[in-house]
Amino acid sequence: MALNDKYSILLPTYNEIENLPIIIWLLVKHMDASEYPYEIIIIDDGSPDGTLEAAEQLQQIYGKDKIVLRPREKKLGLGTAYIHGIKYATGNFIIIMDADLSHHPKFIKEFVQTQKSRNYDIVTGTRYIGSGGVHGWDFKRKLVSRSANLLTQILLRPGVSDLTGSFRLYKKDVLEKLIKSCISKGYVFQMEMIIRAREFGYTIGEVPISFVDRVYGQSKLTGSEIFQFAGGLLYLFATT
Amino acid sequence: MTKLTEWLFAAGILIALWFSLLTNKITNNLVTNHYNLLLYSPIIFLGLFGLFALILVLYRVYTFNDCDEAAEELQKEIIQARTDLNRLGFKFKM
Repeated sequence: MALNDKYSILLPTYNEIENLPIIIWLLVKHMDASEYPYEIIIIDDGSPDGTLEAAEQLQQIYGKDKIVLRPREKKLGLGTAYIHGIKYATGNFIIIMDADLSHHPKFIKEFVQTQKSRNYDIVTGTRYIGSGGVHGWDFKRKLVSRSANLLTQILLRPGVSDLTGSFRLYKKDVLEKLIKSCISKGYVFQMEMIIRAREFGYTIGEVPISFVDRVYGQSKLTGSEIFQFAGGLLYLFATT
Repeated sequence: MTKLTEWLFAAGILIALWFSLLTNKITNNLVTNHYNLLLYSPIIFLGLFGLFALILVLYRVYTFNDCDEAAEELQKEIIQARTDLNRLGFKFKM
């Protein structure tokens, strides 16, 4: 079995023309070095900035076996992007990550090793323990993040330190089942995925990651995001 | 049982216990001697818990790893990537 393991990396994009070539270059570099079989599935949601054209160029450079393009007409949300990508994935493991360079491909090797160590169903990156951390956050952002995390830990007792992160490795069938049972959007979606996983009794491993907040483009934490988070937390508190 | 019902269940037990002590349904010398302490104990407990949470959050904020090396490394890799991709024939938009 282990010999046939293959990793399908799902990369949903929207206006990532600057980041996409860099993230692909980094992925190819680190995955080639790790010698694990892999493919990168780019799901572009009709970016007006030409992300898809950049992806096509990268496909020509690195080959159709490594770079798979599965674009969609318009922005349709993260959950459906994963479902769309999984349909075409040939690997038995799925890695999900952001294309904006905040998630570094160098950690994938650790994800895979951690998964293999105990045959985990899911391995999630964590910013909150060990060598994990975040670059580019000010005091206020850290305070909000840490408070939200503590509140979540108290109310939900998830047994996982980072619930809103989106750098994860899943067994393919596990991810398929989880997506079907999750209804939230945005980062509540990532939180619901982990909470539901616990409900189903899936095993979850953690790998500390350094999260480098957007190099290109802007990252902001809005009031509506905090509101959305609070709503999601209460929803999970009352239903799981 | 959802997390909400777990909380309501535990809170219900604690409130029942507190109330029966308060109304002398259960008599205890310690309680009669420290009636005020018992009366305000839920508030005292919540206050202490809040204080503990505040200290914990502040501690975690100040020890939050900034990952400066990771950011520097990434900047170097971006330059390497751009050079290498140019060599491979990738045309950057700008």
